[in-house]
Amino acid sequence: MKPPPFRYHAPETVEETLALLAEYSWDAKLLAGGQSLVPAMNFRLAAPAVLIDLNRVAELQGIEALDNGGIALGAMTRQRAVEHSEVVRDRAPLLHEAMPWIAHPQIRSRGTIGGSIAHADPASELPAVMVALRAQFRARGPEGERTILAEDFFLGLLMTALAPEELLTRIEIPALPERTGVAFTEFARRHGDYALVGVAAVVTLNADDTCSDARLTLLSVGEGPFVPAQAVAELRETDLSDDTIAAAAAAAAAEIDPPTDIHASSDFRRHLTGVLVARVLRSARARARGQPA
Amino acid sequence: MSDAPFFGRRVLRNEDEVLLTGRAQFIDDIQRPGMLHVAFWRSDFAHARIRSVDVERALAHPGVVAAYVADDLGDLWRPGPLLVPPPPIEGIVFHERCHLPLAKDRILHAGEPVVAIVASSRYVAEDALAEIVVDMEPLPVVVDLEAALAADAPILHEGLDSNLAAHCVQSKGDYEAALAAADLVIKRRFDYDRGVAAAIENRGVVAQWDEAEARLTIWDTTQAPIPIRNGLAGMFGLSERKVDVIAPFIGGGFGPKIMMFYPEEIVVPWIAMQLGRPVKWIEDRAENFYATTQERGQIHEAEMALSSDGRILGVRDVFLHDTGAYDPYGLTVPINAQCTLLGCYDVPAYHSEFTVVFTNRPIVTPVRGAGRQHGVFVMERLLDTAARELGIDRVEIRRRNYLSPDSFPHDHGLVYQDFSSLIYDSGDYEPALARAAEMIGYAAWCEGGRDASRAAGERVGIGIVSYVEGTGIGPYEGARVSVEPSGQVQVATGIGTQGQGHFTTLAQIVADQVGVEVTDVHVVTGDTREFHWGTGTFASRGAVVAGNACHAAALAVREKILDLAAKELDVDRERIELGNGRVADVDDPSRQMTLGELARRANPLRGAVVPGTEPGLEATAYFGPSRGTTASGVHAMRVEVDEETFDVRILDYVVVHDCGRVINPLILDGQIHGGVAHGIGNAFFEQLVMDDNGQLQNASFMDYLLPTATDVPRIRIDHVATPATDTPLGVKGAGEAGCIPTAAAFAQAVEDALGIEGFEICEIPLSPNRLFELVRAHRTGSRA
Repeated sequence: MKPPPFRYHAPETVEETLALLAEYSWDAKLLAGGQSLVPAMNFRLAAPAVLIDLNRVAELQGIEALDNGGIALGAMTRQRAVEHSEVVRDRAPLLHEAMPWIAHPQIRSRGTIGGSIAHADPASELPAVMVALRAQFRARGPEGERTILAEDFFLGLLMTALAPEELLTRIEIPALPERTGVAFTEFARRHGDYALVGVAAVVTLNADDTCSDARLTLLSVGEGPFVPAQAVAELRETDLSDDTIAAAAAAAAAEIDPPTDIHASSDFRRHLTGVLVARVLRSARARARGQPA
Repeated sequence: MSDAPFFGRRVLRNEDEVLLTGRAQFIDDIQRPGMLHVAFWRSDFAHARIRSVDVERALAHPGVVAAYVADDLGDLWRPGPLLVPPPPIEGIVFHERCHLPLAKDRILHAGEPVVAIVASSRYVAEDALAEIVVDMEPLPVVVDLEAALAADAPILHEGLDSNLAAHCVQSKGDYEAALAAADLVIKRRFDYDRGVAAAIENRGVVAQWDEAEARLTIWDTTQAPIPIRNGLAGMFGLSERKVDVIAPFIGGGFGPKIMMFYPEEIVVPWIAMQLGRPVKWIEDRAENFYATTQERGQIHEAEMALSSDGRILGVRDVFLHDTGAYDPYGLTVPINAQCTLLGCYDVPAYHSEFTVVFTNRPIVTPVRGAGRQHGVFVMERLLDTAARELGIDRVEIRRRNYLSPDSFPHDHGLVYQDFSSLIYDSGDYEPALARAAEMIGYAAWCEGGRDASRAAGERVGIGIVSYVEGTGIGPYEGARVSVEPSGQVQVATGIGTQGQGHFTTLAQIVADQVGVEVTDVHVVTGDTREFHWGTGTFASRGAVVAGNACHAAALAVREKILDLAAKELDVDRERIELGNGRVADVDDPSRQMTLGELARRANPLRGAVVPGTEPGLEATAYFGPSRGTTASGVHAMRVEVDEETFDVRILDYVVVHDCGRVINPLILDGQIHGGVAHGIGNAFFEQLVMDDNGQLQNASFMDYLLPTATDVPRIRIDHVATPATDTPLGVKGAGEAGCIPTAAAFAQAVEDALGIEGFEICEIPLSPNRLFELVRAHRTGSRA
């Protein structure tokens, strides 16, 4: 369990990083927190010829409160910093709630927000949360900067819309509308394990308590964050009664085709999806109504 | 013993300072000048014929020093030796098929080593592994126990006409008569699977050959350094005096490190002799899942005959045991299962029959518990079902069938793993059951507690089971105790230590007799340079066998101290008071001397040593029990099941344990805590998932789930002490007890919590996914 030889670069600016990416392209891997990449290298499942270490690129760090009520996160911001950020807690409560579900404190101390998003593991919490929050990702490449919507970013198993010469630099999360409730939960074998199924929910109410907008994102049920469109359709413009929520949960379970692995069969994942969707929707509804979840 | 200042006290551990400050030397801390590093090329196939091995490109890799294959080993290339021969049981069949140091023609399980690469670093050695070309012809693989015995199954071993490795029948009484007389017969099939030992430290070997002294020094993570020394001396044609084996601090043993000889234990020292340079091999976790022995499955078809009042008339159990690709450890695990099944109970008639099966899986040898939990699970589950069918309380049915306190020593009429008769020396089971039931709140649970909990929407249940553990078997251990002129006391014994606290418990035993503080007693274990008679640490025997040997040697030193003190202080021996590192005249404390001074006078530079005496305050003694001593206990737990996700949370865990007289309750608590954690892992988290090609699907701690701090509850422990009757100290072993009954208690508790009519759990391990499948199958009347 030792990695094969590799070349190592530690740039200090985004410009330097982009130059290295342009030079090595597919041969290079970006080293962020290293919590997925380094084990993969030790198992010799990944053997990049070049590692570009982002840990000295100061401009990629930081949490910012935006004037529009949203927040911006530098891609290299540690997960632990996000977990403990008051700005995140106040402005992106779904992200705040999801953070402790990510692995363990030791891993979150090294792991970064951008690293997890760019790795795009279908069992990861952050991609699903970003889709549910309609986050926007800023990426820089040889042609300059572009913005990618979270829903367009995740293309499949460990695949994203980033080109090999591009660097994810910043994540922007818009403010939530009034009367919005969020909830996150997942089911894992042990605390900190990859979830067998996870669900993020965002529910916004009209003045009459009917549902004006609902967003659901599932993790670990496919090749990336999955939006159960039929379940969402069950919710919009309804009163979000228990029966409606049960119907949405059933719809979510029906519209996924989850994988079987050694920890959970496809059937069990489907079953858990129904259970967890109902649970998060009840919590999100209560919060949107200003009740205890 | 009642006035012993240290025996029985919660003494802090002598070894903790060096361990907690990071100064303890583990195998990978051993550095030698010019040391090279070894990595093994291991087969990915589980069953294959090797056509050719080409190491030429690997040898050309920069930094590679050598590459060795089976043919290079000469006479060393031979199977075995068989570590434990089959016991003398009438009609027993045993086909000895031991593994080889390096595979030459055939591969029988994934992970078998084929090439040893030696390089300047482990990194380079691993890079060079990719350059080795082994041409292999894959052969049909058999991983399933029952499929391995099918008529058309591929046969693993030449010279055999099936994959049957062994067959053994043991019985007592007349089971057919019991069946004929029974009011109720319970018949069930039980699947019990186990996993790896998962010691935090993997195995490792460092070897150094000193050409000038013709001396071979080996550091090895073994539980049995002396037999390793003796075996290697024989293999290499060296005097035992020219081979030193040192087991340094070891991060957990749990059984697999008693196995010998692993291929690496032969090949690494041999390489050191070939190259004349020190070499190191450290097993990594990925290797450990294949290259270190493990425990796995048994399938039991079991039957219990009972009278209507819940008394066991007889038990019949026929089971299959997976030994993996080879059987170097003989039949210890299935015989433990066979013998431990009887548990605390009076079983007049017993028919037990097992078949050991070769499969294309890694080798099975004892892991903490070593088959005992398989037997306990079968017995306890049969009793649970019987209790339900007869309408008898599950605690009551156990109480009714317990061996009575006046029935000891109790001879079961079977042969145990140590070849002696299965005789329980002592036991008293009801007090532990009553105490455990009280601690877990069983009576209140039955009298309304359960109904109230369910009415509140909870799915909570209680499990309560009992078990025995055969411990402290022979053949013998020894110890040498010496008082030094510094006043410090040195103790050397041959067993190895992997975290059991021997540096403290053995010191307590010695300190009591020699009259010093525990911190003044320095224990050395597992170093053949210090003590070279003994067998090793296994079968929960360290405290019993080495403990009594230390006690005997300390008593002999005490006699020498008292004799010499009487002479030097010129007072009657009876008037000598020994304690606090001094001897003194009890009537005139001004007449006194430190033990250090006495030790100096016991080894004079001039003058004559009196004939018939020995110099120094030193003695060596041995202890060899005629048979083991049987510990016992009761575990109870309260669990909550999430009916929707099938997650299980353990709310409370109670252990009432009887291991005779307790040397150090603090250390005993730790042993039990660790054992329970191991048992919880076995019940609900750990499983080796192997596909049909013999490939492990979860050979890492990301997917092989060990219970973590959030999965193991606080464990409440109480003790009952029924002293061992055949040993001076009265202690029984405790190393494995914690993990033996856990799964049986867990299954009972989960059934209780779910409360589904007719739903029974007949397999381990469980998981949320498996409980989901089992409940769904029960509800739809299908097979899960």
